[in-house]
Formats: sequence, C-alpha cells, structure tokens
Amino acid sequence: MYEFEFKRPGSVAEAVAALGSEEAQILGGGQTLLPTMKQRLAAPAVLVSLGGIGEIKGVCTDDAGRVCVGGGTPHAVVAVETADSYPALSHLAGHIGDPAVRNRGTIGGSLANNDPAACYPAAVLGSGATVVTNNREIAADDFFDGMFTTALEDGEIITEVKFPVPQAANYQKFLQPASRFALTGVFVAKFADGVRVAVTGASEEGVHRWTAAEEALSANFSPDAIDGLSVSADGMISDMHGSAAYRANLVKVLTKRAVAAAS
Amino acid sequence: MTQVTMTVNGKSVSGTVEGRTLLSEFLREGLRLTGTHVGCDTSQCGACVVHVNGNAVKSCTMLAAEAEGAEVRTIEGMADADGTLSTIQQAFQDHHGLQCGFCTPGMVMSAAALLSENPKPTEAEIRAYLEGNICRCTGYHNIVKAIMAASGQEASAVAAE
Repeated sequence: MYEFEFKRPGSVAEAVAALGSEEAQILGGGQTLLPTMKQRLAAPAVLVSLGGIGEIKGVCTDDAGRVCVGGGTPHAVVAVETADSYPALSHLAGHIGDPAVRNRGTIGGSLANNDPAACYPAAVLGSGATVVTNNREIAADDFFDGMFTTALEDGEIITEVKFPVPQAANYQKFLQPASRFALTGVFVAKFADGVRVAVTGASEEGVHRWTAAEEALSANFSPDAIDGLSVSADGMISDMHGSAAYRANLVKVLTKRAVAAAS
Repeated sequence: MTQVTMTVNGKSVSGTVEGRTLLSEFLREGLRLTGTHVGCDTSQCGACVVHVNGNAVKSCTMLAAEAEGAEVRTIEGMADADGTLSTIQQAFQDHHGLQCGFCTPGMVMSAAALLSENPKPTEAEIRAYLEGNICRCTGYHNIVKAIMAASGQEASAVAAE
C-alpha cells in the first residue's frame, strides 16, 4: 500500500471539509478499499475515515415507518438491529462476508462501491429505499449507475439509507464458491402497491430490476407466476464461475425461491 | 506519521504509525505481540483476527490509526497471567483442535467472539461463524469439537459419521 495522509474527522461537516483536497478518498469500513489499496489498484493521497463519526451510525425507525440505517453502520449491527423491524434486510446483512468482515464493513461503503456482486445494492433497489447524502436524497432507482458506478459526486458522503418496510420480502443468493460473494442474488419485496425484484451479481450493468417478474408477481405473488418468463443471457456476466446462461437461469430460480420464502 | 494510543490486553500502549500501518503490523512489529498471525494479508484467512471493542475483526484489514482509543484483545490476552489457558484454549488442546497451529490464534479469537454472542451455539452455527477462518491442515472437525466442548456441550457427536 502506498503511503497517504490519514484523517479521521469527528463529524460529517469536518469530513466534507477534509474531502475538499484533490485525490482524497472516503474510507468506510475498509473491507474492500484496504485490500484494493494493498494491491495498488487504488492509491489515494488523502484517506478520510468515517469511522469516528457517531452521527452516521445506528438504526432507527422514522415517523413514516421507514427503517433508517446510518451510512456508517456495520453489517453486524444492521443484522441485529433490524431483526424485528425488517427481517429480510437483517438476514441479508447477517450473511455478507464473514463475521469479522461484518463487524467492519458498512452499508454506506458497500453502496458507494456498488460492486456488481454485492448484496446491499439488491436490498436498496428491491426495497425502493432512499439514499441520503450530506447534501441530497437520491431514490434507489436513480442511485445505481452500472458496475462500480453511482450517482454520488466526488466527496459526497452517504449519511443514511431509508428503507420502506414491505409486507413481505426475502433475499436469496447463490454463493460464488471461492469468494462467497453472490454469484447471483435476488431481493424480492411485496408492497401494497406492487412487487419489486432486484438482481445482483448477474448483469454487466450491475444491480438492476427484473420488471417482467415484478408485473407477474404483482398480479399473483407466487413462485408459479413467473413460470412462463425467461431471462435473456444477453449482457449477463460470464466468467469461470458461471456462464451468462447459467446466471440468467439463476435469476429465475432465485426469484422463485425468494417468493416462496418471503415473509 | 500519526500518534496512536489504545488499550491492548488491558494495558495502555501508544506508538507512532504511518497512515498505512495496519493494526496487524502495529501489534506484531510495534508491540512485538507476534501471536497474531498474518496468513493471507487479503482478509480471507482469519489468522489475524483480534477483538476491537469486543468485536472480532481482521487486523490485516484495519488501519492501526482506526483503533485509536479502542480496547484491543489479542491471543496473548486470552490466558491468565499465570499462564493458565482459557477455557477455549484448553479445549483446543484437549480436542486436538490444532495441527500446525498457524490458524489457531484467529480460530481462538473467533471462537471467543462467537461464545460471547451465543454461549451455546449449535454445530452448524459454529461452522457458519468460522466461515472467515481457514485451516489448511483442515482440522475443522476438531476445532468445532473444541468449541462445542468449551461451551459446555457434548462434543463427541461432532463429525461422527
């Protein structure tokens, strides 16, 4: 890892100021960024840790009944704190990486990185959540912008994510056998006004919605409802762990499993 | 360079570190606490697991400067001052939970974190919790047995098939 200047501000305002310099990079829990820096794939001149900012940690429920997760909240805390308020989110958070990774990695870091095989983007897009930053609110549908790309501007900090709580939801992932990332994962959420289906790990465009399944499931929320649908392999990721056709098939299989398991 | 102060195994320590100094480097090279092992250095293997404010973390994937003010516990802090092994360590010895021993510090620290969260884990819960700890001697069955025994549960049925 190349040397950098390390800053650990105590508030969002101080962090924004610290990020003013060129080549400054935000450090969340570091579970992706630090390994990336060790490989010298990233070499920021200034690293601004969000670890000392208490105001962006924790979970609460707002007046509209939304589950609000601070951007700096580790996965392990989300898993515990949302167990009653949003069980599908809790289960997803409790199965990212391994226990030690979940104690450091944060929701804000995962979303800002937008790894095409990450779990959290599926929950955020599938729930139709709102990503709150230091200067605006961004709807999930506008936030994810392709693999490793988001609507965030340079130096913009995710302070909170607001999840509307569905009537029923579930996340199913098929583990990549070596890395344990999602080879493909599907988050299904049933709301009073319709169903949302978000797919991670599959597409070269990153996390995305499967709108045909949403329409079918909104009419009939049962695994059989998508029997007649097929997922095109065009634009799906193809690598040594799974071909595009294999991933396309997984999207349908995992969607059916998620609907069957949704509670 | 940054000055860091933290509590390690109950003792207040400070040192001067670069921004890029990892917690594992600070413990091993700064404090000479070489019980914390660095296996893969890519946050896969878990040999470097220590507790930071009671939570298991991979010390090769945390900056030393991030542990400013924290309570850190390493494998050296597990046994009593007179050298009496902790219940978990003794169980690893009794159940042959180690062969070469390289992964053992991380295994013991992960086991301790598990039992503090979940004092009576099932075999499946133990195996799931150790997902981020790799043993290349592949002595997993005996490691799981040791943790079952350390939690006061019958261990003889583990991997009996």
